[in-house]
Amino acid sequence: MEAIILQVLNGLDKGSAYALIALGLTLIFGTLGVVNFAHGALFMLGAFCAVTFSRLLQLSHSVVDETRTDFLGNPLKVDVYYVQEIFGETAGAAIIDWAVPLSILFAIPVMIAIGVAMERGLIRHFYKRPHADQILVTFGLAIVLQEIIKYFYGANPIPTPAPDAFVGSFDFGVLLGFDPGGIVYPYWRLIYFLFAAVIIAAVFAFLQFTTFGMVVRAGMADRETVTLLGIDIDKRFTIMFGIAAAVAGLAGVMYTPINSPNYHMGMDFLVLSFVVVVVGGMGSLPGAVLAGFLLGIIEAFASMTEVLDVLPGINQIIIYLVAIIVLLTRPRGLMGRKGVMED
Amino acid sequence: MGILEVKNVGKRFGGLQALGDVNLSVADQSVHAIIGPNGAGKSTLLNCLVGKLIPDTGSVTFEGQSVLGRKPHEINQMGISRVFQTPEIFGDLTVMENMMIPCLAKRDGAFSINAYGAMMRDAEIVERAEHMLEDMNMADKRDMHAASMSRGDKRRLEIGMCLAQEPRLLLLDEPTAGMARADTNNTIDLLKEIKASRPITICIIEHDMHVVFSLAERITVLAQGTPLVEDTPENIKGHPKVREAYLGESSGH
Amino acid sequence: MTDQAQHAPAATPKPAAPARAKGGSLLGLGRKDFMLLLFVAALILFAPFLLNPFPAGSAMAQFNAGYPDLMQRFVIFGIFAIGFNILFGLTGYLSFGHAAFLGVGSYAGIWMMKLLTLNVIPAIVASVVVAGLFSLVVGFISLRRSGIYFSILTLAFAMMSYALAYSVLTPITGGETGLQLKYFDPRVLDAPLEAGVTPRANLFGIDMQASTNMRFGAWIFTLNAGYYIAGVVMLIAFYLSIRLFRSPFGMMLRAVKSNQNRLNYTGISPKPYTLAAFVISGMYAGLAGGLLVAMDTQVGAERMFWTASGEVVLMTILGGAGTLIGPVLGSGFIKYFENIVSKINESTLNAWFSFLPDGLQDVVVAIIYPFVGKGWHLTLGLLFMAVVIFLPGGLVQGGQKLVTVFRRDRKSADAEKAAAEQRQTQE
Repeated sequence: MEAIILQVLNGLDKGSAYALIALGLTLIFGTLGVVNFAHGALFMLGAFCAVTFSRLLQLSHSVVDETRTDFLGNPLKVDVYYVQEIFGETAGAAIIDWAVPLSILFAIPVMIAIGVAMERGLIRHFYKRPHADQILVTFGLAIVLQEIIKYFYGANPIPTPAPDAFVGSFDFGVLLGFDPGGIVYPYWRLIYFLFAAVIIAAVFAFLQFTTFGMVVRAGMADRETVTLLGIDIDKRFTIMFGIAAAVAGLAGVMYTPINSPNYHMGMDFLVLSFVVVVVGGMGSLPGAVLAGFLLGIIEAFASMTEVLDVLPGINQIIIYLVAIIVLLTRPRGLMGRKGVMED
Repeated sequence: MGILEVKNVGKRFGGLQALGDVNLSVADQSVHAIIGPNGAGKSTLLNCLVGKLIPDTGSVTFEGQSVLGRKPHEINQMGISRVFQTPEIFGDLTVMENMMIPCLAKRDGAFSINAYGAMMRDAEIVERAEHMLEDMNMADKRDMHAASMSRGDKRRLEIGMCLAQEPRLLLLDEPTAGMARADTNNTIDLLKEIKASRPITICIIEHDMHVVFSLAERITVLAQGTPLVEDTPENIKGHPKVREAYLGESSGH
Repeated sequence: MTDQAQHAPAATPKPAAPARAKGGSLLGLGRKDFMLLLFVAALILFAPFLLNPFPAGSAMAQFNAGYPDLMQRFVIFGIFAIGFNILFGLTGYLSFGHAAFLGVGSYAGIWMMKLLTLNVIPAIVASVVVAGLFSLVVGFISLRRSGIYFSILTLAFAMMSYALAYSVLTPITGGETGLQLKYFDPRVLDAPLEAGVTPRANLFGIDMQASTNMRFGAWIFTLNAGYYIAGVVMLIAFYLSIRLFRSPFGMMLRAVKSNQNRLNYTGISPKPYTLAAFVISGMYAGLAGGLLVAMDTQVGAERMFWTASGEVVLMTILGGAGTLIGPVLGSGFIKYFENIVSKINESTLNAWFSFLPDGLQDVVVAIIYPFVGKGWHLTLGLLFMAVVIFLPGGLVQGGQKLVTVFRRDRKSADAEKAAAEQRQTQE
C-alpha cells in the first residue's frame, strides 16, 4: 500500500510538468491550430529565467573590509551582494535563498513577451500553411533557442536549489497512519504539484469565467464563426499564445530545483508532452491534464524495482507503448473531439 | 429488379433520424433523380450508397450484390462512380495524370505495385486517357495543373475521370451547385450526351429543378428522411405533396 | 491484391511501348531524367576532386572535404534522404522516426559482419531486409493515422527504439558503448583473424579503407574504395528512385498526397500504397545504415536519436521535397557545411578579418563566432527556419527562381536592345 501511494506521489511531479506543457500545447493548438514544436523550448527558457534571475540576485562587487586582514596583513576584500546592500543583510540573504520562487515574478513578463514576439514574428505567418510546415519551422526555432541558451550558459546542467526551508523531505506516511519512513516525499516536489494544480485551476477558471476566456473557447470550437461576429480574435489569440508560453515557462521555473536545467531539457520534455497531448486528445484541455498526470504516474509505477525485475527497461518505453495503444484503440485520444486534426 | 435496390434503409445520428425507412429502386440504364428540401436526407442516403456511412437498418444492393460493409474503393470497383458537390480532383497533378489514374484503377485494380515501369510509356493507359480527354473536349488542357482550371472545367474533368472507369452507375451529388446558368446548361448537355453514348445508369441528387426536369426519367422526392413519392417528372410537377414539401421549405427560409 | 502486385517491381519489365516519348529512352528514362542521372554520376565520380579545391598544406586546406570518411557520409546520407523523399516528398506523410530504420539496419549489418563474414554484401542485404521488416511493422501501425498523429506515432516508435537499444537490448546493441568488430568474433565464413588484428570490412577482397593518393602539384586527391562502392550504390538507389517517381506507383503516391478522397472513390485504396512507400523508404534507410557500418564498422544507439530523424527531414526539405535531385543536394549541402562551418574557430575568423581595423575586426569576429565551430547547430536551426519560411521548395526551387530571374533579365535586356535598335533606325 505504501509503495503504491509512494509511486503515485512520485508520478505527480513529472506528471505536473507534462500536464503544464501539454496544457500550453493544447491551448496553442486549439486556438491557433498550430502544432508548436518549440513549446519544449519555452519550458526550457522558463527554467533559464530562474537561472538568470538568481544570477542577477547574486551580482556582487568587492568591498574592502577594514576590520579584517588577510595573512599578509592587508585589508581583506570581500564580495558583497548588491541585494544585501539594498535590502539589508538578512533580508538580502533571504531573497537570494528564495531566488527560484521569486523568479516567477521575473519569468511571467519575460515569457509573455517571448510568447507574443514568437506569435507575431513567426507563428502568425504559418496559420494557413500545412501542419508539416508548422512542425518544421517550430522545430527549427526550437533548435535555435536551445543553441542560444547553450552559447550563453554552456552545456552543463546548472544547479538551482530550492529555498532552504523546502530542502529535505516530508514524511507523508505518518500523516496517513503508516510507519514513519514508509512514504517520504521531498517538500519541493509537493510544492511543485500544488503549484501546477493552482496554475491549471487558474487557466481553467480564466477560460470558464471571463469574457475573454469565453471568446477563446468559442474560437477553439469554431474559429470562422467567431471571426464573423466581428471579434478581433487574432489579437486575443496572440495573448493566448503569450499565456501558453507563460504556463510553460512557469512550469520550467519551478522545475529547476527538481532537475538542474540544461539546454536540451526542453526537447526531452517536448517529445513526451506531445505524446501526452495525443493521448489526452488533440484539442482537449481536460484531456491534456488528465493524460499528463496519468502518464506521469504510469511512468513512476513502471520505474519500480519490482516491475523492472520482471520487465527490464519498461520504464523507458512505457509512455510510448501507452500512446501507441491508446491511439490505435481510441484514435481521438482519451477525450478528443471529433473533427480535430482528422485530415 | 433495378440495378440499385435500397430496402428499408434507416440511419440515425444521435437523436436525429436522418433516414427513416427508405425504399428505392433505380432501373437499369435510366436517369433517376432524388430531390428534396434541405435536410431531407439526400446526402446521407448517397453516403450510404457509396460506403462512407453504414446504415443502421436495411439493405443496399447493386446488381444483386450487397454494398453494405464494403469500403468506398471496393464499391467503386463494383461499378459505382461518384461525382462530388465540389469537384474532387487531384489538384497537384496535371489534367492528363488525373485522367490516367482512373484508367489505371480500371485496369490494375485497387492496388498494384509497378514502381519500375514508365508511366508515360504505358501506351494502353496513355491512349485511353487521351481518348477520354478528347471525349471531354479537354485535350488542349492536357498539361495544365488541375487546380488552376475553372470550376466548370474541374467538374468536366471529374465526370470524365468517373467515366474512364466505365461505371455502370454514376452518382452525382448536386453537380451544378454554385454554377452559373451557362455552366449549368453545359453540364446538362454533357450528361445527356453521356447517357446517349453509353449504357450507363445515372442517379442524380439535385436542388435545381431545371436540371432535374431536363434530365430525369424518374424522380424520387425525399422529405424528412423518407421518400414522399416516386414518379415520372410530368406527374411530379403537379403533385400536391411535393408542392407542400417545397412550399414548407421556402416559407421556412 | 491483383496479379500485377505479385510481381516483384524489378521483375516487371514492361513490354516497351512503341516509344511515344520523343527520342526514345535511355535506360528507361526520359532525356531530362537521364541527364540528371549523368549529372549525379559525374558528381560522385569527381567528388574527390571537387571537394578538395585547396592545395594541401595551405591555410585553407582544413576546409577541404575530399577525405574518404566525409565523402562516404555524403553518399550514404544521400541514400537516406532519397529514400525519405519517396515517403515525404511523394505522399506528404512526415515521418519523424526514420533514423530508427537506419539504426536497425546498422545493427543488422554489424551482426552479419560479426557472425558471418567481413564481406559487406551479406551485411548490406541483411540491413535492408531487417529495416524493411521493421518499417513494415511500424508503418502498419503508424499509417492507421494521418497528419500530425502519424508524425508523432513515428516519433514515438523511434524514441522507443532508441530507449530500447540504449538499455534493455544491450546484449544485442551494446547499449551505451555500441558495437564494434573484434578479432575474436565468430565469423563462420571467414578464416579466423590473429589476435589483436583490427577487422576491416571488404568487398570480395577490396578493403573499404583502401585509398590511393593522386598528386597534382600542390593538390592531393584521395580516391577511396569504400567511397566509390557506396557511390555506386547511391547511383543505383538514385536511378531506382527516378524510375519510381515516373512509374504508375509514383503517380499514385502523388495522388495520395493530393486527394485521398478522390482516390478512394476512384476504386483505389490509399493505405497499401502509403505502406509500400513507407517500407521502401525504410529499406533505403536500412541500406544507408548498412553502408555506414560497412564503412566504419561500428554502431551506437545515438544514430537512432530523434535529432538524426530531424536531420534527414532537413536534408530533404532543404534540397527540395518531392524533387528528384533535391535530397541529394540537400544531404550534400548539410554534410558539407557541417564539416566546414564546424571547423571554423576563433583564430580562423581573426585571420580572415585581419584586414579590418582592430576594433571592427573584434566586433565582426564576435558577431560571427556564435554561428561557427561548436555553434554549427545554431546556423543549422536558422537555415532550417529560413528554408521553411522563404523557400518551401528548397534549393531546387531556389535554383529555378534564379534561372527565371536571370532569363527575365536577359529577355528584358534583349527587349531594350531591340528597342534601342529600333529607335536608331527610326532616327
